[in-house]
This record gives sequence, C-alpha cells and structure tokens, in this order.
Amino acid sequence: MHEINATDVHYKELNEEIRESIRNNEHDLILDGVCGQYYIGCGISNSNVKITINGVPGNDLGAFMNGPVINVMNNAQDGIGNTMNGGKIVIHGSVGDVLAYSMRGGSIFVKENVGYRACIHMKAYKEMNPTVVIGGCAGAFAGEYMAGGTMILLGLNKSETRPIAGVYLATGMHGGSIFIRGKISHDILWEKAEIEAVTNEDYTNIKNNVKEFCNIFKIDYNRVMDEEFVKVVPESSRPYGNLYIPGP
Amino acid sequence: MELSKDISGCGIAGFINTDGTLTSGIDIADSINLMKERGNGLGAGFAAYGIYPDFKEYYALHIMYDNEQSRKNTEAYLDRKLHIEQHGGMPTRIINKKRPIFFVYFVEPREQSTKAESEEFQSREADEFIVKLTMHINEKIDGAYVVSSGKNMGVFKGVGYPEEIANLFRIDEYKAYMWTAHNRFPTNTPGWWGGAHPFSLLDWSVVHNGEISSYGANKRYLEMYRYKCTQKTDTEVIAYLLDLIIRKHKFPLEKIGDIFSAPLWSEINKMQKKDKEFHTALRMVYGSALLNGPFSILVGFKGGIFGLNDRIKLRPLVAAKKGSTVYMASEESAIRYIVKDLDEVWMPDAGKPVIAKLTEEAYKNVY
Repeated sequence: MHEINATDVHYKELNEEIRESIRNNEHDLILDGVCGQYYIGCGISNSNVKITINGVPGNDLGAFMNGPVINVMNNAQDGIGNTMNGGKIVIHGSVGDVLAYSMRGGSIFVKENVGYRACIHMKAYKEMNPTVVIGGCAGAFAGEYMAGGTMILLGLNKSETRPIAGVYLATGMHGGSIFIRGKISHDILWEKAEIEAVTNEDYTNIKNNVKEFCNIFKIDYNRVMDEEFVKVVPESSRPYGNLYIPGP
Repeated sequence: MELSKDISGCGIAGFINTDGTLTSGIDIADSINLMKERGNGLGAGFAAYGIYPDFKEYYALHIMYDNEQSRKNTEAYLDRKLHIEQHGGMPTRIINKKRPIFFVYFVEPREQSTKAESEEFQSREADEFIVKLTMHINEKIDGAYVVSSGKNMGVFKGVGYPEEIANLFRIDEYKAYMWTAHNRFPTNTPGWWGGAHPFSLLDWSVVHNGEISSYGANKRYLEMYRYKCTQKTDTEVIAYLLDLIIRKHKFPLEKIGDIFSAPLWSEINKMQKKDKEFHTALRMVYGSALLNGPFSILVGFKGGIFGLNDRIKLRPLVAAKKGSTVYMASEESAIRYIVKDLDEVWMPDAGKPVIAKLTEEAYKNVY
C-alpha cells in the first residue's frame, strides 16, 4: 500500500507521481486529499494496479484507462471513464454528466445517481463489451448515441418526484442494451428506440452484474431483484440513415 | 506554473450566505482558482454584494478608463448628470502589466437632471436614469466603460487569471454576503478588460460558461428597448434581458427559465392545456429572449443568486448547501475546496433555475 497526499497538488504532478509509483512496483495506491484533479488513472494499462481515491476527483477520471481498478470513496465529476478500454471504476456516491463517454471496455459501478448523458456513444466490438451499473437514477439523455455495451439502471432511490430516467432516453441509440429496473413511460423514450422483454440470457447478464454491484456496496441482492427489468434497444442500427436522403 | 491548454471551458462559482453574514473574498478566490484549468488567463472577475454598507443608498459606479482623457470626459459628464457623494480610484495592488484605470463613484441622479435636460434623460425613475447613463457612457464616451452600477455591490474584472484579478482588486479586503466569480476561456470573442465577466447592470451581474448562439437575435431585440451592446461579448445580453424582463416588465424571476431555457415545442405539445397556453404565449412574446446554445450561468441580483442551464444541459453546474449558505459552481470540487462536510449536493435540472435569497430579516439588515 502506497499513500500519496494529493492536497493542493496540480493534476499533472499528481498523475506523474501515480505513474512513477507504478514504475516502482507500487500497485496498491491510496490518494488522500484529492480535490478536482483531472485525468486520474488516465491511460494506465497495468491490470494489477488498484487506486483508492479519498476526496472528489476531477473530470475525465480513468480516461483511456486499460486495466486498473479505481475506487472513489466520494462523489465524482464529469466524463468518468471517457474512452476507457478496460478495468473497473467504482464510485461510492453520485457522478456528473457524460459518464462512460465513448467507453469501449471494462466496467463502471456507481452507487447513487448519474447526471445527464450517461453512456453517451458507448461502444462494443467482438469480446469488448463495456458495462455500466447505476444504483440510483439517471438524468436526461441517458444512452444518447449509444452504439454498444450494456447499461443497467437500478433506480434504488426512485420516487414519484425522482423518475428512474430523465427525458430523451436513448436518443440516437443504434446499438447495445439498456436494462431498466421497473417500468418506464414511453413518453421519455426516443421514438426510434423500443422496449423489449428481457431474455433468459439477458437475465444471466443482469444477475451477474447486480451481484457484483451488491457485493461492492453491501446492498441486499434480493431487494434489488424484486422488480422486473425492461430492455431498451434501438429500432435499427442506422436510425439516421435517411435523415438527409429519403429512404426507399 | 505554465499550463498546457489542452482543455477549455470557462469556470463559474458563487455562493450566498442567506443569513446575511459577510464573507471576505478569500473563499471565492480559492474556489474559482481551483478551476484554474478552465480558463487561460484572458479574463476573470468577481461580483460582490453587500460591500458598500456606508453608501448603500447610492449607486456604486465602477468605471474602467483606457486613459486619463477618457476619465476627464466621463467625469465632466457625470458632474452634469449626477450628484457624486464620494469618489476615488479603486483600491488596487501594483501589477507588472498594462492595465486600465479603475474608479468608483457613489452617486444619485440629480433633481435637475431627471427633469428632462434632454430627450434621452426624461425618465424620473432613478434606475432607468442609471441604465441610460450607463448605456450613454459605454457607447458614446471613448475608452470609458461602466463595469457595474448597482447599489451596495460591485464588479471587479479584467484580463488575467482569477488569482491575478483577485490580487489586483484586493478582493480579500471586501466583505460580501454573496460572491460570484468567473474564469474565462474566450472562444468567439476577444479577451479584453471589458469582455471579462461578470457583466453587470444595476444590481444584476452575470457569469457565464458556454456561448449564446442567439446573441444576434437577442441583441436586436434589446436594441428595440434602447439597450446598447458594446462589450463585444455574448454574455452581455443576459444582464440586459434580465433588466428588461424582470425589472421593467415585472416578470416573475422564478419563471425566468421558461424564457431563457424555454421547453422544446415537442415538450410544450405534450403539456396540459393551461401550461401549454402559458408556454405558447411565452414563446410568442419572448421568443427573441430565448438563449440558444450551451450555457450555465450564475446571476446575482438584489438579495439573491440564481443558477441556470440551457434546456438540454450542455454545460456543467453543481449546487450545494451547508447551513444557511448555498453554493453553485461548474465543478463539485470547487465547492468542496472551500467548505468541508456539505449538507447536500445536487445537480440542477436543465432549464430549471436554482434560486437562493437572503432571509427577510437579513435583507432588511443589508438593504
């Protein structure tokens, strides 16, 4: 275990110190006093690395990351997991906008709420299938332009005044799946996305991820699974194919 | 330390002590400095409310001059139009860079001047008089710009990083119940001293992250009401629109989001009859006051602050509470940096203003 005091340290120096520590074979890093430093864990591709963050990390946490596990013990900001390739990010609080922006692989677990545009343009390819599990509710435009991967939205704190997902859900979606616990209104869904029944194969995937979510955050698995899930998928893989040119 | 500019986006921060407690400028400077990376040294500024209790009856004109001649011309004009209770150079620290001259004047309209010396100054209403005076100076007097013109408040701004501007204007020596701050990364418009935020008119002040794509439409609309956009920056229109819509038209502040960040027609069409009629009417009357494009703004006004996003939230904004103080900023860390153990943190919904005001008792004490 290697502790790094991040209090009033500029993000560039902090990230250099993290890399230097890893080069010195320190694989279990604890960052204390983090407050707003950008790009923590950016581009690190060592799967043995574990970074624990005390404080609120800055934007683009884990961007381009490929392997490490990041644990944030507080809230986090915008752009977490931007173009992340592999590894895991766990947030013990809420996060800001554009979570998992263009994420390509690995997994993200958020205990509470996420802001606008979660999983925007997330994508999958062959064995690369990014997964995002959200314990609370999502802001508007969740799954915007989503091209692949899996988003699981649990809404454990949803209520009449706080819907599980905001409006414009799945706008521009053309790949991947969004699983939502409970029912959602068609009014919030983009007209070219559809609600489907969840298959047995989907359920296995949901159960595995929810189990991991519940283990991480010490939440009762049975309580989470006491509601049915619905699946949101795109109507077509090219929803804008005829936007400028009239179709057949 | 030298910064590499690989990211952009202005930063905004602000807070209000709703119990009227006065705080020095140190906290707000620390908060905006934490987001130093959001700017590039081409503009920063602060608005402070409650800083001139000894002159609270007077309009506090903060005026920026390019040179001594512009000061002389302006002061000759002010002498004709106003009673100047007190004036002087604004307290500053020495910096090693060319900068304009800053003066503060505590004024009230003179009886004879409000009685129609000329066609353009016929109004008897003091606020209206000050607005016209501000527009006249900004437009007609070369090298003079009114930075702020409210009562018991003031704006401090210029070209530099927030810490440089805070140091220049000695904002650590002022005490305010409410502060807002801006860190600028100019995109489409020049980074000059007058173009720094906040933009202010009377008690309104605006700091803004984003861009107002509708600037042209907003500007033409304002010109019909004799507001002159002279600061070469889109944000200016927000201050004038607020003055027109809230002060002059007496539209409720709580609903300003319905004009600035109006719902899309697709949403209006889904509304119940009464709401649909209301929003349709607003689109008809105030369509030209819609702020199009991505933005998050913090607006200071007499006794309060509000934060607002564009209707689909294309810029960040976080709000928080601790005791009787309400904070808003582009990033949560900027709030956490100056206050530990927040009671509550939340992300405002797009187009819905977060409003925080002084308590009635505090308002009476301050004003």
